[in-house]
Amino acid sequence: MEQERSIPSSLLSPRSPSSQPCLSVSVTDPVKLGNGVQAYISYRVITKTNFPEYQGPEKIVIRRYSDFVWLHDRLFEKYKGIFIPFIPEKNAVEKFRFSAEFIEMRRQALDIFVNQIASHHELQKSEDLRTFLQVEEETMERLRSHDSGIFKKKPADLMQLFKGVQSKVSDIVLGKEKPVEESNPEYEKLKHYIFELENHLTEAQKHAFRLVKRHRELGQALSDFGKAAKLLGACEEKAVGKGFSELGAKSEMLSIKLQKEAHELLLNFEEPLKDYIRAVQSIKATIAERANAFRQQCELAETTKLKEINLDRLVLVRSDKAAEAEVEYKELKAASEEATKRFETIVALMNQEIIRFQEQKTLDMGLAFHEFAKGQAHLANGVADAWRSLLPKLEALSVS
Amino acid sequence: MMDSENQGFEEARLYSSHEEVQNLDFKEKLSAKSFSNYRSAMSSLSDAHHPLSSPAVLTPADSDPLRLPPMDRDLQKPYVSDHFFSDPLHFSDVDFGPFDGNNVRDLNGVESPSKSSESSGSLSRSSSSNSEYIKISVSNPQKEQEVSNSLVPGGSSYVTYLITTRTNIAEFGGSEFSVRRRFKDVVTLSERLAESYRGFFIPPRPDKSVVEGQVMQKQEFVEQRRVALEKYLRKLAGHPVIRMSDEFKVFLQVQGRLPLPTTTDVASRMIDGAVNLPKQLLSESAMAPQEVVQPAKGGRDLLRLFKELKQSVTNDWGSLKPPIVEEDKEFLEKKEKLRDFEQQLSAVSQQAESLVKTQQDMAETFGELGLTLIKLTKFENEEAVFNCQRVRAADTKNVATAAVKASRLYRELNSQTLKHLDVLHDYLGLILAVHGAFSERSSALLTEQTLLSDLSSLRSRAEKLEAASSKVFGGDKSRIQKLEQLKESIRTTEDAKNVAMREYKRIKENNRSELERFDRERQADFLSMLKGFVTNQVRYAEKMSVVWGKVAEETSSYSKESS
Repeated sequence: MEQERSIPSSLLSPRSPSSQPCLSVSVTDPVKLGNGVQAYISYRVITKTNFPEYQGPEKIVIRRYSDFVWLHDRLFEKYKGIFIPFIPEKNAVEKFRFSAEFIEMRRQALDIFVNQIASHHELQKSEDLRTFLQVEEETMERLRSHDSGIFKKKPADLMQLFKGVQSKVSDIVLGKEKPVEESNPEYEKLKHYIFELENHLTEAQKHAFRLVKRHRELGQALSDFGKAAKLLGACEEKAVGKGFSELGAKSEMLSIKLQKEAHELLLNFEEPLKDYIRAVQSIKATIAERANAFRQQCELAETTKLKEINLDRLVLVRSDKAAEAEVEYKELKAASEEATKRFETIVALMNQEIIRFQEQKTLDMGLAFHEFAKGQAHLANGVADAWRSLLPKLEALSVS
Repeated sequence: MMDSENQGFEEARLYSSHEEVQNLDFKEKLSAKSFSNYRSAMSSLSDAHHPLSSPAVLTPADSDPLRLPPMDRDLQKPYVSDHFFSDPLHFSDVDFGPFDGNNVRDLNGVESPSKSSESSGSLSRSSSSNSEYIKISVSNPQKEQEVSNSLVPGGSSYVTYLITTRTNIAEFGGSEFSVRRRFKDVVTLSERLAESYRGFFIPPRPDKSVVEGQVMQKQEFVEQRRVALEKYLRKLAGHPVIRMSDEFKVFLQVQGRLPLPTTTDVASRMIDGAVNLPKQLLSESAMAPQEVVQPAKGGRDLLRLFKELKQSVTNDWGSLKPPIVEEDKEFLEKKEKLRDFEQQLSAVSQQAESLVKTQQDMAETFGELGLTLIKLTKFENEEAVFNCQRVRAADTKNVATAAVKASRLYRELNSQTLKHLDVLHDYLGLILAVHGAFSERSSALLTEQTLLSDLSSLRSRAEKLEAASSKVFGGDKSRIQKLEQLKESIRTTEDAKNVAMREYKRIKENNRSELERFDRERQADFLSMLKGFVTNQVRYAEKMSVVWGKVAEETSSYSKESS
């Protein structure tokens, strides 16, 4: 089975020891800062690398959630066609409570996010990534607040031709508007696959989450049962009393194991599923961008064509507007060619990315399944051992 | 819920490879059905293997060596050991050897209802020989018409059940017999037993249904009632004293309709009592000694009722020490302990029910997860463009199959655990019987005390009368007559008092011996239950470990440690 998978080492754990250029990042040490509504969590981001552009073998900076969002948005804008890892949702409500579990899960998600970027052969070259990983906190803050203002607007003037593109894109992608759409059967299949996949995964994740809950509930039930059994044991006499007391104690002990397994399940099984869903969603975002780019390309091509026709007409009638028109036409033609190139880049990148995505996900899910099965086997063994140890005692009580 | 699980199983067959489905243990399929179906399937399975064995029912008091079912069906199975105790109460302990992967076996030591009518009944906890037994089964419910005694034209219908008894106890005068009985007869039986066996812990009878007539026709209700009746009769048969009672024997053997009890309802009793009241008030006749044997409450003697009520008030309020007080400290302590025990048992029973419920939820969620993953597998396989997708689909299928298996295991575990719950419920029911027995004791004591105080007041009146009449020389004819009457009353009351005292003693003794028996049996039953419960948990945990261990191994190449 190993031979079938020839996966570039960059897809494996970024911590793989090798003399090749490596970039390894970890997000650690969440610390709560600030008060009340202003409160936020800061993380230590440790970068270990031998990339020449980076400072020193190791650099540590402090970052907060919005910094990660900044990085994501910039990459999303610059690397259209590439599936930019989705960032964990900004959960305003949970944030207020900042439970230990929430903090840990967010930390883990951010760690995965940065690592996925750092292990992507294109994205790891990004300047924005370097900025994120290296600059001082004050610089980062300045960049963040500066960009959050301007950044949301579409830069190029020509883009203003397509007002409200954001909302329209999803309509187009979902086929609600009569669109300018690629007629590419393979691509259609891919789109269909992605949307269906999201449904399946969402359902699976839902059940995985419920499974976590069930483990917690079972743990609680065992704990309550154990307590009641111990009380009964206390008021019973002789052998039976002991029997119930021992049973109760075991039950309580197992309750702890179950709570632990619930936690493991959450981290090792449900989170990867959530991650899978996020990856699918980033693909959807890319699909939207691609549709966007396609539409731009088409509309620009059409506009250019119209301009050309108009120009020819003006030249024919020797109008003095011809010169101006020619300039405009040339500009439009250039823009149209650029739009076409942009679109084609996205297509090419997407094709590569899909392969990378599929292979990565096979690995990720394989690991998740392994951890899941291991955890369950471990739990079952623990349960069996615990109860088994009780049998000789009960046996002895029966005889006495 | 059942549907999705069955559907999941269907899908598992469609999308997973055929061999895998065959590998899923045939018996595991059964867990898709409900608990009772499972049990009937189990007993039919076991019958197929071994005519004598019915592991479906194995009670704690399994004392008949003939009846011990060989628990291993495979020959590689480890030994089965049985323990017999020198103590008259014994039960068989079935010891399982090391775990074997696929065999689903039934467990020891818990009384449980069996669906098939021909499976064995409960066994005697006999204090004499090992080989006594009574097997009772209730089956074959039939609708019958009420003969038109009733005022309602057309008559009402009711259900009768066939009650089959097999026994080798000599006093029954036969080895096998059947009768048809209706529920009303069972009520009668329980009332008569309550009358004759005051102070005993008589197992409570099944509830009457509030809604009769229409509801009674329903299949489910009839089946539930059949099961309940069988349980009840078996419990009666398990009581060493009651099983030998005339009432019980008559119930099991005598053909034809049972004669109605002397009073069937409280109202008519009260009417009877009211008729006697004026006579009693006028003549001041004491109560007949034989009536003393029954408690005043629910009886026909209203006067006695009032008197005893007055007495109990006196007892409660009186600063004077009543003539006889419940001095048996031991008894009072036991009563307290029992109350404690009841409370804790009730709590454990409740928590056990929660536990079962969460195990059920776990089963459900595992099933749903498995089903979802199977759909995902199918999807990936259909849409696969790259080979890694097929690999992923295969991995997903492994996990899905394991999840479905886990779901079934939890369900099976649950149906076994429910049997243990039964024992807790049985004992909670039995405690009601204990309360009943204790209250019999209290009312017997009250009767005795009332009579004593009656006696003392009669005597003091007689004294006064004597003193008064002695002052009149020659005697006062009417006074002398009255004195004679009083002396007569005194004699009768004295007799009654003696009877009451004997009765109270008798009931006390019954209480005591029953408490002993209760303690003993409880120890045995509960220990057996605990062992069964724990053994179960071990077994299913081991199975689950095997299932998941396999998947963990198959996916071990993904593990970070190995890369």
